[in-house]
Amino acid sequence: MYSDSLNLNLTDCILEYDGSFDGFLCAVHEFYLLKLNQVEIQKEGSAQVALFAKRIKVITQLPLAEKVWKRFKIRIGGSGCSQIFRAFLSEEIGVENTLLRYIQHALSATRPIHSDFSHPDVLKVSQMVKSVGREKHRMEAFVRFRRTKDGIYFAHIAPDFNVLPLISKHFQERYADQKWMIYDENRHYALYYDLNKVEVVELRLKEKLELHKNPEGIYDEQEIEFQELWKDYFKSTNIKSRRNDKLHTQHVPKRYWRYLTEKLSDI
Amino acid sequence: MSFDRIKEKLNILADAAKYDVSCSSSGSKRTNKEKSLGNSSGMGICHSYTEDGRCVSLLKILMTNHCIFDCAYCVTRRSNDIKRAAFKIQEVVDLTINFYRRNYIEGLFLSSGIFKDADYTMERLVAVAKKLRLEEKFNGYIHLKSIPGASDELMREAGLYADRLSVNIEIPTVSGLKLLAPEKDHKDFLKPMEKVKNEIIQYKSEKKIIKSTPKYAPAGQSTQMIVGATGETDQQILLTSAYFYKEFNLKRVYYSGYVPVIADERLPQLGTQVPMLRENRLYQTDWLMRFYGFDVREIVDKNNPNLDLEVDPKLAWALRNLHEFPVNINKADKFMLLRIPGVGVKSVSKIIKARRFRKLNWQHLAKLGIASNRAKYFITCESSEFEKRDLTAEQIRGFILQNSSSKFRKLVSPQLNVFG
Repeated sequence: MYSDSLNLNLTDCILEYDGSFDGFLCAVHEFYLLKLNQVEIQKEGSAQVALFAKRIKVITQLPLAEKVWKRFKIRIGGSGCSQIFRAFLSEEIGVENTLLRYIQHALSATRPIHSDFSHPDVLKVSQMVKSVGREKHRMEAFVRFRRTKDGIYFAHIAPDFNVLPLISKHFQERYADQKWMIYDENRHYALYYDLNKVEVVELRLKEKLELHKNPEGIYDEQEIEFQELWKDYFKSTNIKSRRNDKLHTQHVPKRYWRYLTEKLSDI
Repeated sequence: MSFDRIKEKLNILADAAKYDVSCSSSGSKRTNKEKSLGNSSGMGICHSYTEDGRCVSLLKILMTNHCIFDCAYCVTRRSNDIKRAAFKIQEVVDLTINFYRRNYIEGLFLSSGIFKDADYTMERLVAVAKKLRLEEKFNGYIHLKSIPGASDELMREAGLYADRLSVNIEIPTVSGLKLLAPEKDHKDFLKPMEKVKNEIIQYKSEKKIIKSTPKYAPAGQSTQMIVGATGETDQQILLTSAYFYKEFNLKRVYYSGYVPVIADERLPQLGTQVPMLRENRLYQTDWLMRFYGFDVREIVDKNNPNLDLEVDPKLAWALRNLHEFPVNINKADKFMLLRIPGVGVKSVSKIIKARRFRKLNWQHLAKLGIASNRAKYFITCESSEFEKRDLTAEQIRGFILQNSSSKFRKLVSPQLNVFG
């Protein structure tokens, strides 16, 4: 109760934005423009409500967001900006407010702050960045493409954090001569590479499709064969007399098994 | 492509290749410039993990498990009654490309039994790599086995297409090799290694003058030794490693605990436990040699020919050299910081950075994430609290073991009486 009433007193204004990173940048801009003091940045429709606070709806304007981002790059520096972006992708509740304080701290400081770990917000941001980075690396490892009838290599994943924007470059550099698509099942959007560029596409596939079960009519004839070969190969590499389940699940947590062709039969 | 036949071959030839423990796919610098397939720059990726917890990053297979040799420790030895198979060159290429395109792997690790002779075998390995690079425009990682006795010309060509080359010397002692692989000559292992080493040196000097010099084995060379097959001591193994690191500039030496696969009176019985703890201690020592500035002779010597299984080699060294301690965290140089038990390379670098701002005390060390369970007996910091008792090595050892829960504890305790 104590913290609730504290919030009521301190938050005189709520900035509502659309949940996108550009929207967040516009909200930060609004904060400075209106010379606000105590503010809470919230996603539209988010459950947190502060009763007597004034609500301001932030309209996302791409050119404005770009301008703000450019300024940050100059004032806060490349590594600081990359920290902000990565922490934002963690989607942690309240991350916007941590980041706002982080930005205020960075803009008022005379030197780069991203390694000033004794500052609670810097520490918090660096921890989020670490988790997001780990998830990014995992997705680069755990994406399993399946070749569709149209010759597109398709993968579906459900990462803990919104890491698709971070893995785009890796996949573009590696698979430059094949069309591919990586679909985030939870966030309902995908990266699609058409041999020229990567595009972000909104996508809502039917839940019933159960892509991991190779629904009929979607994949290339040879696709299932290669999956079988891979599963067999995976089995052959195991040395039974060295079995170590704890280590195994530590490296490949069970929540990812649904996307790993070689682990499907173990679920 | 007949999938049934491929499947059968893959089962046989992957099964035989799994005892090669190297799975590294890092350290190369191949970028994807022409919008073709793959890259391998910098960090490797483990795409999956086996149930025994090892990384799966490469398609690791044998070209064939036909072999003219009869080495006792090897599953594919001539006299072993097993199913034999051989891949066609195109089959390996197709498998690699199709696995790679699906993001299963970082690349290919191709080894082989020796059929006909060394050159014939090496030629086929090189042919696969060449086809992948030139016809498929594949920039992923390729690790080829150097076949002992292969000609210099072939080894030169191999390095042009492969990222890494390796020869497994398998048996660390010449006498052990004579016993278990009487048909093989120790010198045959060294010859291709020598050739590759010289080519790498030459490449590096030419590269300085001519930028476009084609890459030569950018991820270097490695080797592997079997541990626990011939009764060799840890000292013998580690001296051999140190020799290879020094003489052949190897990137890695791998240690593979012997898995009993065949009954042979020269070898440990079937069902003998894999010496995993010993293997782990050897790797720890290997790290001490490569990253911690230890000389192998500091860790093992005539009086201590085998590593202590109860405690890690750095702690064991510290217990034998208590006169070097305590180390003052705020003053000691990097060399000495690296020698504190329980403090790793990353922690040392954090300490050095952090102590520029202020003198560090125990709270600071805890915040930096430095484990003090072992270290506290060996250091002092900006605090009046430190280990003041004049403890003997045995006492320190006892305290540390009492308060630690090593994952290997269960493995050790039935054999050793810890406090007796």
